[in-house]
Amino acid sequence: MSSEALIEASGLAVSYGGPPAVTDVSFRLRAGERLALLGPNGGGKTTILRAVLGELRPLAGTLRVDASCGSVPQTERSRLDYPVSALEVATMGALSRLPWWRRPGRDDRRRARTALGRVGLEDLAAETFGELSGGQRQRVLIARALVQDARVLLMDEPFTGLDRPAADRLEVLIANLAAEGHAIVMATHDLEQAQSWDSVLCVNRRQIAIGAPRQTLDREVLEATYGGAIVEIPGGGGRAILPPQHQH
Amino acid sequence: MFEPLQEPFMQRAIAEMTLLAIAGGALGCWVVLYEVSYAAESLAHSIFPGLVLAAIAGIPLLLGATPAIVLAALAIALAARLPGVSRDVGVAVVVTTMFGLGVLLALSPQSPPGIETLLFGDILGPSDGDLISAAALVVLLGVALFLLHGRLLATGFDRGGARALGLSPAFADAALLILLAAGIVVAVQGLGNLLVVAVFVGPAAAARNLTDRIGPMIAVAVAIAVLSGLAGLYLSYYVGTAGGASVALAIVVAYLLSLPLGLIRPNRGRLNLAAGYDH
Repeated sequence: MSSEALIEASGLAVSYGGPPAVTDVSFRLRAGERLALLGPNGGGKTTILRAVLGELRPLAGTLRVDASCGSVPQTERSRLDYPVSALEVATMGALSRLPWWRRPGRDDRRRARTALGRVGLEDLAAETFGELSGGQRQRVLIARALVQDARVLLMDEPFTGLDRPAADRLEVLIANLAAEGHAIVMATHDLEQAQSWDSVLCVNRRQIAIGAPRQTLDREVLEATYGGAIVEIPGGGGRAILPPQHQH
Repeated sequence: MFEPLQEPFMQRAIAEMTLLAIAGGALGCWVVLYEVSYAAESLAHSIFPGLVLAAIAGIPLLLGATPAIVLAALAIALAARLPGVSRDVGVAVVVTTMFGLGVLLALSPQSPPGIETLLFGDILGPSDGDLISAAALVVLLGVALFLLHGRLLATGFDRGGARALGLSPAFADAALLILLAAGIVVAVQGLGNLLVVAVFVGPAAAARNLTDRIGPMIAVAVAIAVLSGLAGLYLSYYVGTAGGASVALAIVVAYLLSLPLGLIRPNRGRLNLAAGYDH
């Protein structure tokens, strides 16, 4: 594993044009690392992803991105009837290498097919993207990032709406990609999911903490992250749950 | 059936309508997928003062429509930047201002007779210039849409993902609006200021109900536009209805027919059942 950071943020603050949506973000992401951005809705997770993608400019601090980043977003429901096949979506990854007047060719489609095979969807290449299940759509978008040769995958709530087997398949795929040297950043509000990752960055409009999940996720950090009290479930083996709470 | 084809004016009308239908059907697919139908309608209406001024000055309508559409696009872009003005409010204010200005000019004493052809078009009497500009439009759109296909498709699918691929959503939007503006200024001469948007939205919206791939969608949209154009011209010939309005009516009928046909299409019903669940 290389120790060279692919992405490095220091004291980063990002806004959507108004006051900062998130401040004080500092982290280093290395090849093969899986970083979970944990926080409540509106806490700034997606904002950080959008800053890494270059959609939002830093308001303060520095952000260095030294690797190609592939986006694996949640599919908006309104886009589910977009007229494309899984293969066409994966092939879009090739556009990152082509000048604007060139269309993806046979080689690009072959690479897309290989990438779909890599994520276990070879047989569904001809299916309409919107007709695939949520987990399959996530894997098609990962295939698009692989065709793009992205070294960093930015995933926004990838496990939301997936049932157990689909989530397990996706978790295995992500672990394999990390083992091959891809770095993965995932925005999530799922504490349990974040616990199995290499590191976790807790954010609630500012960075609360960062580090290995086991050392980082204590009661104090979680209360600051979610802005509310943590309730122990009797007989829950000491595990805490977080009541969704909005503080205004 | 073939009688209208013997008439030279109908041959020219069919040629003009077919060229506009090819352009409208193909470009319309992107108008529908990018959800800019309202912008299309707005651009069409806001060129009205340019058309009236051209008619008063006795110059080709294209020369009036082009600066008007550029002015409207700039005004909309500026209005949307004003604090507290949302994009659709900006569009609505600019369009009603421009259209109102056009009506004011049209009702002035200097305005020549027959100004209503600017509103409803004159598809049955295209000039040589109309035919040449329609043919040029088809060539321009054919080349541009072929080259930009992958980028338009990827950007419309997922703007954030497109940016990650190094594509510029602003470039795709601008390219689409420029092509749309070109399409409208050419097609407005045949189909009229009020009805031109029908050919850029209706056939593609119908095709979207009937297909689930972009290639077939474009082919079906062009076919629907061409057939609706022919149907409208035939209706106009035999029943004596206005040409542009008859074409618009045929397009609406095609869209309405596509609704039930879309529902019985294989796979279509699975969409909402399967989406979001793994099996």
